[in-house]
Amino acid sequence: MESLIGLLVGFPLLGAAVLLCGGKRVDRTGHWLGVLLAGASFVVGAVLFLDMLGKNADERALHQHLFSWVPVESFQADVAFQLDQLSMTFVLLITGVGTLIHIYSVGYMEHDERRRRFFGYLNLFLAAMLLLVLADNYLLLYVGWEGVGLASYLLIGFWQHKPSAAVAAKKAFIVNRVGDAGLAIAIFLMFTTFGSFAFAPVLSNATEAGEGKLTAIGLMLLLAACGKSAQVPLQSWLGDAMEGPTPVSALIHAATMVTAGVYLITRSGAIFNAAPDAQTVVVVVGAVTLLYGAIVGCAKDDIKKALAGSTMSQIGYMVLAAGLGPIGYAFAIMHLVTHGFFKAGLFLGAGSVMHGMNDEVDMRRYGGLRKYMPVTFVTFGLGYLAIIGFPGLSGFFSKDQIIEAAFAKGGTQGWILGAVTLLGAAITAYYMTRVMLLTFFGEERWRQKTPSADAPSAEPAAEVHGEHGGPHPHESPRSMTIPMIVLAFGSVFAGGLFKVGDSFVHWLEPVTQFEHGHPPVSAAVVTGATVVTMLVGVGAAWLQYGRRPVPVVAPRGSLLTRAARRDLLQDDINHAVLVKPGEYLTRGLVYVDSKVVDGLVNGTAASFGGLSGRTRRLQNGFVRSYAVSMFGGAAVLVAATLLMRAV
Amino acid sequence: MSAVATAGTVPSLWTLAAEPLEAPKIEYGQLSPVIIVLGVAVLGILLEAFLPRRVRYGAQLVVTALGLVSAFAAVLGLAVTGHATTKRAVVGMGALAVDGPTLFLQGTILLVGLVSVFVFAERRLEPKSQTAHVDSFAAQPAAVPGGEGEREANAAGWTTTEVYPLLLFAVGGMLLFPAANDLLTLFIALEVFSLPLYLLCALARRRRLLSQESAVKYFLLGAFSSAFLLFGAALIYGYAGTFAYSGIARVIGNADRQTTAVLAETAGSDALLLIGGALVVMGLLFKVGAVPFHMWTPDVYQGAPTPVTGFMAAATKVAAFGALLRLLYVALEGLRWDWRPVMWGVAIVTMIAGAVIAITQTDVKRLLAYSSIAHAGFLLAGVIATEGRGVSSVLFYLGAYSFVTLGAFAVITLVRDAGGEATHLSKWAGLGRRSPLLATAFSVFLLAFAGIPATSGFIGKFAVFAAAAEGGATPLVVVGVIASAIAAFFYIRVMVLMFFSEPKADGPTVAVPSVWTTSAIAIGVVVTLVLGVFPQYFLDLASQAGVFVR
Repeated sequence: MESLIGLLVGFPLLGAAVLLCGGKRVDRTGHWLGVLLAGASFVVGAVLFLDMLGKNADERALHQHLFSWVPVESFQADVAFQLDQLSMTFVLLITGVGTLIHIYSVGYMEHDERRRRFFGYLNLFLAAMLLLVLADNYLLLYVGWEGVGLASYLLIGFWQHKPSAAVAAKKAFIVNRVGDAGLAIAIFLMFTTFGSFAFAPVLSNATEAGEGKLTAIGLMLLLAACGKSAQVPLQSWLGDAMEGPTPVSALIHAATMVTAGVYLITRSGAIFNAAPDAQTVVVVVGAVTLLYGAIVGCAKDDIKKALAGSTMSQIGYMVLAAGLGPIGYAFAIMHLVTHGFFKAGLFLGAGSVMHGMNDEVDMRRYGGLRKYMPVTFVTFGLGYLAIIGFPGLSGFFSKDQIIEAAFAKGGTQGWILGAVTLLGAAITAYYMTRVMLLTFFGEERWRQKTPSADAPSAEPAAEVHGEHGGPHPHESPRSMTIPMIVLAFGSVFAGGLFKVGDSFVHWLEPVTQFEHGHPPVSAAVVTGATVVTMLVGVGAAWLQYGRRPVPVVAPRGSLLTRAARRDLLQDDINHAVLVKPGEYLTRGLVYVDSKVVDGLVNGTAASFGGLSGRTRRLQNGFVRSYAVSMFGGAAVLVAATLLMRAV
Repeated sequence: MSAVATAGTVPSLWTLAAEPLEAPKIEYGQLSPVIIVLGVAVLGILLEAFLPRRVRYGAQLVVTALGLVSAFAAVLGLAVTGHATTKRAVVGMGALAVDGPTLFLQGTILLVGLVSVFVFAERRLEPKSQTAHVDSFAAQPAAVPGGEGEREANAAGWTTTEVYPLLLFAVGGMLLFPAANDLLTLFIALEVFSLPLYLLCALARRRRLLSQESAVKYFLLGAFSSAFLLFGAALIYGYAGTFAYSGIARVIGNADRQTTAVLAETAGSDALLLIGGALVVMGLLFKVGAVPFHMWTPDVYQGAPTPVTGFMAAATKVAAFGALLRLLYVALEGLRWDWRPVMWGVAIVTMIAGAVIAITQTDVKRLLAYSSIAHAGFLLAGVIATEGRGVSSVLFYLGAYSFVTLGAFAVITLVRDAGGEATHLSKWAGLGRRSPLLATAFSVFLLAFAGIPATSGFIGKFAVFAAAAEGGATPLVVVGVIASAIAAFFYIRVMVLMFFSEPKADGPTVAVPSVWTTSAIAIGVVVTLVLGVFPQYFLDLASQAGVFVR
C-alpha cells in the first residue's frame, strides 16, 4: 500500500508535464487527460482510504521513503511521504473536489484557446497540494507550499491579457512571499533547535525545547499560514485573486489551497500546544479575520468578491479553532472539509451564473434568476443553507462545534471568543442571504438598460454566445451542473455524517489529539444561540434586500460601507505602512549607493588604474633593464633568505 | 721532473679507473614516457632530413600525435600499475623520481602537448600561397625578414615543419623537469626544454622581427637565469657534497654527512645552503614568471607565434611548478622556515603586480601574459601551504589552468585582420555580436581565469586558497582574493567589450578554422566546464597523486 502514495502525487504531476510540455499535439484531448489523471489520483486516494479504514486507529499511518534528497552530515532532507488520517482527509478533499472542478472546467473553459494550459496548471496545482499534505518533513512541505503558490500565481493571472489579472497574480505572489519567508525561518529555527525538520523528531521533542524558541517557531508558522490562508494582516491578496477563472477560485481560493495554513497549524499542533503565547496570537488572528472577512463580504457587489470575503471569514473560524488547541483541531479540520464542499459549490454556482449572464459579476445586475437556472439555484441554495449553519446541514454541525469550543476556552477569553464567533455567524447569515436575494430573487434587474450596461468585460462573452443585446440567462451545460449537484450533496450530508457518533473526531484523534471542551453554558444553549443569531442575520438581510427594491447602481452608503467596499482600506494601509517607507528607503539607498559606495569604488578603481599605468612603464622593452631587475630580484631574494635566518 | 710532478696528482685518476665500473641500471619501464617522446623527436628530425617537403607535414603530424598519445598511454599504464602510489621510486641511478606528482604532471604535459599540436597543425587561417596551405610558422626561418629569400619561400608555400620535433624535444624536457631528483638533472632538463622554446618563439610567419626579438630576449634572460640556477647548484654542492635531493635533505637534517676532504672546509656552512637554495629557486621562479623575474613574459608572449605562446604558457608553467614543488618539498624540506617567508613575499608581490599591471594592457596577448603572472602568484600560495593539501591543490590548479590557457590562446589565433592576428583589444569590440559562439567560448575561458564558479578556475583557486588558509597563510589568502577581485575587472572588461560594444566597421574577421583549432577550443571549454562542475574525481586524483618519493 505504501507504494501507492507516490502515485497520488505522480498522476497529476504526469498530467502537468504532458499538458505543459506536449504543445499543440495534446490540444484536443488534453483536458480529458487532465480530468482522467485527477480522477485516477482520487481513486488511488479512495483505495488507500478503504485500506486505512480496515486497520486499527493507531496503525493507520503509512510511510514511504522515496529517496534522500540532500544528505549532508546532520542535514538530512528526504523525499518521503507520510499518509496518516489528517493527510488522508486532505487527500480525499483535494482529489475529490479537484476532480469535480476539473470536470466543471471542461464546460467552463470550453471556448478558451489556452484550455490545455489551464488544465496543465490545475494538474500542477493538485500535484503540489498533495505534496504539501503528504510530505513527512517541513522542507518537502515547503516545496509543495511553493508549488501551490506558483500554481495559484499562474492561474490567477491566467487571463494575462487583462492587466487587472496580471496585477492580481503579482500581488498574490508577493504577499505570499512574506508568509513563505516565515515558513522558511520556522524551518531554520527547527533545524537549529531540533537538528531536524522531519515531523516525527520535531513534533515528538517539541516539549523539550525552550518555550521562547517554540513561540518563535509558532509565530513564524502562523505568519506562513496567514500568507497562504489570507488571514489578517496578509489578507489583501485574496479578493483580487478572484480575477482568475471561477473554477480556480473554487478549487484553490476557496476549497483547498487557502486552507493550507490551517493544515500547517494543525500539523504543528505539538509546537503550538507547548507555546501558549503563540496560540493566543493564532486565536486573535482567527477572530479578527473572521469579522474582517465577514464585514467585507457584506459590502461587495461583485459576487465572487463577496464569496472571497466569506472564504476569508470561514478560514478565520478554522484558524481560531486550531488556535484553541486539542479542543479545536478536529473541528477546524471538520469545518475545513464541510467548507470545502459548500464553498466550492457556491463558487461553481457563481461561475454558472456568470456563464449564463455574459460574465457579469455585479450582483446588482442580477435578480430573479431562479426561474432561468433551476439547477444552479437549488445547488447554490443548498450551499447557502449549509454556510449559514441552517440546522441539519453540514455547516451547522461544524460551525456549531467551533462556537462551542470557543466558549469552552474558558474565562473572559472564552466569552469574548464565543461572542465573536456568534457575531460572525450572524454576519455570515446576513451577507449570504444578501447574495442569495440579489442573485436569485427580486426583480430581473438585468433587463434594465443602464448607461454602463455594456461593461467591457461582457463583450467577449457576448461574441461567444452570438448575442448583441442584454444577457439571456440560461442553465449551464451538464459538465458544469453535475459537479455542482455532487458538491451540493456534500454540503447537505457531510456535516451530519461526520457528527454521527463523533466519527470524524475519533478518526482524527490519533493525529491531532482531542479533548472535550466544556462550555460554561450547556451545549444546547450555545446551539440555540447560534440558530437565533443566524435567523437574526437572515432577517436583517431580508428587511434590507428582500422587501425593498434593489437599486442597480450602488448607493453611496455609510462610512463603514464605503470602507468595506475598499476591503476595509487594506490596500491603503499597506501602501502607507509598507510601500511608502519602502520607496523612501530605496531612494535613500540609491543615493548612498551612487554617492558613497560608487565614489569609493570608482576612487579605488581609479587609483589602481593609476598604479597600473605607472608600473607598466617599468616594462620598457630593453633586455638590459630586465636583466638588472632580475639581478636586483635575486639579490633581494638571497638577502631576504639570509635575513630570515638571522632573525 | 714533469713526469714526476704529474705522477703526484694523476694516481687518483688511475685509482678511480682501477675500480670496477658498474653499468648503470636503467628502469626503462618507468622512464618510457620520456624515452618515447625523445625517441619520436629524433625520428622527426630524421623525417625532416629524408622526406620530400610536401609530405613532411602529414608525416610529422601523425608521428608527433602518435608519440604523444603512446607516451600518455605509458603514463597511464604506470599510474594504473601503482607507480604513482605504492610503487613510487627513484630511478635512473637517483636522477629521476617516478611518483604521483611526476606522473600527474607528465600526463598533464602530454595532453597539453597533444592539444598544442592541434593548434600548431592549423592551416586554414593564413591566406593560401600559390601551391599549398600554410600555418602560422615562418616559411623559411633562416631568411632575412622582408628579404628576397622570404618572398621566394612564401611563394613556394614552404612551412617550418621542424616545429613538431622541436615541440617534442620541449615536451621531453618538460617531462624530465618535474621528475628531476638531483640538481644536475634539473639543470639539464631545464635546458632541454628551454632551447627548443627559444627557437619556436622565433618562428612566427607574420611580424617576424617582433618574433625574433622576443626569442632573443627570452634566450638572453633564460641563459642569465640558468647561470643563477647553476651557480646555486654549485653552492649547494659545496654545502652538502651531493647533488641528489635526498642527500641534500639528509645533510640539512643533520643526518649522515659524507664529505670529501676537498669539501671539508665549506661543508655544513649554512650561508652556502641559503644562498645556493635562493639562487636555484630564483632560476625556477624565472620559468614560472614570478615577480620580479617576470619581465620576459609579456614581451615573449606577445612576440611568439600564438600557438607557441599557448603551449609555452600552459606547459612551461606545469613543468616548472612541478620542479619547484619537488625542490622545496623534497630537497629543501628542512629549510622550510627559511624559504616560506620569502616565498610569501614573492607570492604577494606576484599576485598584486600581475593583476594591477594587467588593468591597463591594451593587447590581448600581453593581457593574458600578465594574467599568467597573477596566476603564478596564486599557485605560489598553494606551494607555500602544508604538504598534502598544498601539493594536490597545485596539481589540480595546474591541470585546470593549462587547458584554459591553451583554449584562450587558440581563440586568439582566430581573430584576424589583414595584418594577421588582431590582438589589440579595441578591435575585439562587438565580437560577441559577429561570432557569438567564439566570444562565448572566450568568455568561458575568461570566467575561468577570473575564478567564477562552475568553471575549473573557481575550483582550482578555491583548492589553493583553502590549502593556504589551512597552512596558516591567511593573510596570503586575503591578498589573493583581493588580487582576484582586481583581476576580475579586466577579464570582465573584455567580455563587456565583446558583448556590449558596437562592432567596429573595419574590425577584424573571425577566420573559420579547420577541425584542428575547433577541437582544441572545444577540448578547452569541455575540460573547463567539467572540472568546474564535476571536479570531485579529479580532486581525488590530485590528492592521491600528491605525495613525493623521498
